Amino acid sequence: MFRFASVTLAAVMLVMPMTASAQGKDPLSFNRLLPDRATRNAPPTNDGIHDPTNSGTEVLQSPREAFAPLPDSNGGNFVDWVKALQDGLINPRYDLEDPDMSPTVMDLNIVREVKGSMPDVVFPHKEHTQWLDCANCHPAIFIPQRGANQLSMAAILMGEQCGACHGRVAFPVTECRTCHSRPKNTANEDAQ
Amino acid sequence: MSVRRWARPKALKAGLFATLLCAALIILPGSKAWAEYGDVLINNYSDDADMRPVVFPHWFHRVRFRCKVCHGDLGFEFKAGGNEINMLKIIDGEYCGACHNGNIAWGVENCELCHSGKPGTETQVHGSTLKSLVTPGNQGQ
Repeated sequence: MFRFASVTLAAVMLVMPMTASAQGKDPLSFNRLLPDRATRNAPPTNDGIHDPTNSGTEVLQSPREAFAPLPDSNGGNFVDWVKALQDGLINPRYDLEDPDMSPTVMDLNIVREVKGSMPDVVFPHKEHTQWLDCANCHPAIFIPQRGANQLSMAAILMGEQCGACHGRVAFPVTECRTCHSRPKNTANEDAQ
Repeated sequence: MSVRRWARPKALKAGLFATLLCAALIILPGSKAWAEYGDVLINNYSDDADMRPVVFPHWFHRVRFRCKVCHGDLGFEFKAGGNEINMLKIIDGEYCGACHNGNIAWGVENCELCHSGKPGTETQVHGSTLKSLVTPGNQGQ
């Protein structure tokens, strides 16, 4: 009886994490190659790259706990950082020492017409200058001149141009519509 | 009765052992890394120095500082492992040492708070687009 109970317990313990882990998923499950939602924002002791045997690891803050009050998004950290900043939920310093220094925000949208069928890209300087300094992007990544930068999704995916941040730390390029946000004026094209 | 009393702990012990074995079998080989998106793993010199590699949690820092502070004022390049940071530079107040000096943030004596990665892990931006491709191989930084 007790042996049976123990073996059953062991079997349950074996099966439960197996179904949750990516490797032991039910072969007929939906999206078997997609990381499980339960693994998102995992605490450092359980995130796979921190060493759980290191004494400092358990002192580190869990992103899941820190992100609880912040607005959701569909990718990356699953946090809408721009909204969190604009709503005042976070107030990161713009200067190392001075907590009151505020950024010089430039409100200028750059519309980039794209060749393919996707909607045109609207690049908002406002959201970027709330976080960054002009010199972070200009002139090394983007030449500050209209028409001087040839952008491509292939380069972005490889971590160049917008991909220096988007796909590494800012929202990933799978959030297509966040950039490709202005519908093309197709009525005009049809008339020509 | 006496046999039963003897059998109970043995069965429990066997069950516990089986459970631990199963847990170990699951955890050890199944260590697919799900660390937070944007975390930077820096292993330029750590492995050779018998230290765990450094895990830099981008999310933790962006809650407290805007990108400009580190990537503008402190001179961090947008490249994992591209800054050639070493402990001498840090104690001289460069890079991480600009804050981690016991003044703005805790100081360098807390080795294990940064050097917390699994030994042997390569330098990378964790969870970046290329790192999260389903097909292995050709996964850059």
